[in-house]
Amino acid sequence: MVKLFNPELPQSSFASRLKKVYGLYTLGFISFCVVLAALEQLGLPQEFIGYTFLFATIFLYAGIGFLSKTNEPDNYYVAGRRVPALFNGMATGADWMSAASFIGMAGGLYVGGYKALAFIMGWTGGYVFVALLLAPFLRRFGQYTIPDFLGTRYGGSLPRLIGIFIAVLCSFTYVVAQIKGVGVITTRLTGVEFEVGVFLGLAGILVCSFLGGMRAVTWTQVSQYIVLIIAYLIPVVWLSVTQTGNPIPQLSFGQQLQKVSVLEDKINSDPAEVEVMKMVADAKQKLLDDQNKNGEKLNEDQKKELKVIAKGATSSPRPHADPFIGETQEDINSEKKNFFALIVCLTLGTASLPHILMRYYTTPSVSEARTSVTWSLLFILLLYLTAPALAVLVKFVIYNDIVGSSFASLPMWVEKWMAVDASLLSISDINMDGIIQLAEISIHKDIVVLATPEIGGLPFVISGMVAAGGLAAALSTSDGLLLAMANGLSHDLYYKMIDPKASVNKRVRISKTVLLIVAVLAALVAQQNPADILFLVSAAFSFAASGFFPALILGIFWRRTTNVGVSLGMLTGIFVTFYYMAINQPWLRELIFDIPKEAPITDIWFGIDPISAGIFGVPAGFLVIVLVSLVTKVPPKENIDLLENVRYPELKEKSAQS
Amino acid sequence: MKENSLIKQKYWNKLKTITVILIVLWFIPTFVISFFANELTFDFFGWPFSFWMASQGSQLIYLLIVWIYASFVNKLDKTYLNELQSPERN
Repeated sequence: MVKLFNPELPQSSFASRLKKVYGLYTLGFISFCVVLAALEQLGLPQEFIGYTFLFATIFLYAGIGFLSKTNEPDNYYVAGRRVPALFNGMATGADWMSAASFIGMAGGLYVGGYKALAFIMGWTGGYVFVALLLAPFLRRFGQYTIPDFLGTRYGGSLPRLIGIFIAVLCSFTYVVAQIKGVGVITTRLTGVEFEVGVFLGLAGILVCSFLGGMRAVTWTQVSQYIVLIIAYLIPVVWLSVTQTGNPIPQLSFGQQLQKVSVLEDKINSDPAEVEVMKMVADAKQKLLDDQNKNGEKLNEDQKKELKVIAKGATSSPRPHADPFIGETQEDINSEKKNFFALIVCLTLGTASLPHILMRYYTTPSVSEARTSVTWSLLFILLLYLTAPALAVLVKFVIYNDIVGSSFASLPMWVEKWMAVDASLLSISDINMDGIIQLAEISIHKDIVVLATPEIGGLPFVISGMVAAGGLAAALSTSDGLLLAMANGLSHDLYYKMIDPKASVNKRVRISKTVLLIVAVLAALVAQQNPADILFLVSAAFSFAASGFFPALILGIFWRRTTNVGVSLGMLTGIFVTFYYMAINQPWLRELIFDIPKEAPITDIWFGIDPISAGIFGVPAGFLVIVLVSLVTKVPPKENIDLLENVRYPELKEKSAQS
Repeated sequence: MKENSLIKQKYWNKLKTITVILIVLWFIPTFVISFFANELTFDFFGWPFSFWMASQGSQLIYLLIVWIYASFVNKLDKTYLNELQSPERN
């Protein structure tokens, strides 16, 4: 293992050695789970299993990080540029799939049906642009970071400086959400306080990226990918087998979707459902009246009772398979418009996030960078094609097994989850008929993934494995994001702009210090439990898209792009996106303009939701770059020469291929 | 030298062509088929067609695009470098 990460090994035997090591690692992980399962049967308490999973996996990642520690810049910044395409694909998969993908996505699909598929289409379609327009060119350019590309391509400090600003802006908003996710999972797995959980997870993140930079993060991410994909697939496959007899959920969930659609019709025409929804709506109205001090005054007991009722649903479920729904054609068009706007923002954002793009700096050659995007997308699809199946399979259980059954015979897992956390799942007999109506179930979307093992009747060890998978997803993404920020600040800001004479050792040392500071800052923000975290994550995509996409694309494909043009364009893109969010997103609007959240939203442009603000920022960025470039002086020859180098293969690449 | 710039021109044009074709291929499932999602709900191996396209079909097409690009351009690179080294054969 120690020898494995040594740089002396020739590339071909390095790759075959990696395959052996990770093959053994996978077997090891599976045997570890089997042993724990056996111990569980022998009476090992669940708490102990949770702790074992938490500490064993964090210890493992830390061990890999320790074995690949380095102070050498090429290793620290780009993993020595010798990560084979297949393994870079796995590392990118883990880097990319965060707690939101692992835990949140299937839940989002459960709630949103077709509408939520915009996330899947955008987050995978982005790799088409990474492959075709970015990865190979950035790899041929062969520097360390994305601001590095902007600085060298355009010359002058301004594009580099703005690049650092945007990279930190989008990575920081993203990493706060990840660290929060780590805290939530650690708490769930072991029962420690949320604040403690955040710092436990942080320790795990730091051992990797702190000791060995990109090299340590790469080899840890590969091992985290293996854990997270096994943990995600096993319960879904089991659920698919028990429901349909077919072990491939991607093939079997079509028939379950049909059944869900039939059940939806049945539920929608049930008079008891209508009755419950009316009761819930009445309860909500009464509570609101009481709050606004009109109508009858309620006493505490009445309030408590009404609050329980108000947890129910007031509208019938969104038909899962129906694309765009609305009372009028206008409503339908509005849904359609926002579906497309979201896809555009997520696609272009995916293609512009620095922590993903810099992964393609680590392959040995340009051609391996191209192949590596194919592997990345394949590994990501393993999870992304499973999530829609999982959502439908769980929905079938709820609609078929739970709805219509009696309160006296609730399944075990329902009672257990209601006892664990009422905010995740609660059911109360609102109309007192002893039968469960769908409108009486209040369900949090996170439970779709977390409770799948119990829904399928699997032992607790699988639940522990799923939590460990979610932890791996959150940790790996945090590592990548922290590294992207630290490298931007140390390499670009410190080394390239403040102290170009800094020694090799000093550069790496600065990078490690910055990493530590950023990590602790992010953990402190995450501890505050910022309210609208989901919005911040989506905002990161719009920021990345409107700040970087036009600057990178025109930088590679348009000779005439000038230094001034690109600087103004990046700033305009970010500003337009930020402005649109600030005037239309209640939480951000309160923060900036001090307008209360409840005030009506008045400044919507073309009916686009603030989550897709990048749809305005990206064209604005392109427009400004092109117009300003045309009226400023033609860029100097050395910058155009650099562009030539980025476009055409060099002879040395041929020797690298053979 | 002149031949070299011709070879370069040819390489870049081919690269541009395949890129444009593949981006059009990305556009069709992503926007054209989704645009008519409410109409395209006929049965497709048990799924409503538009749901299947959005949840699996488009992603498989994306994977195909990325794979085609990698294998095509990796070959193109090799041809380009061979031509550069022995321009008299062309």
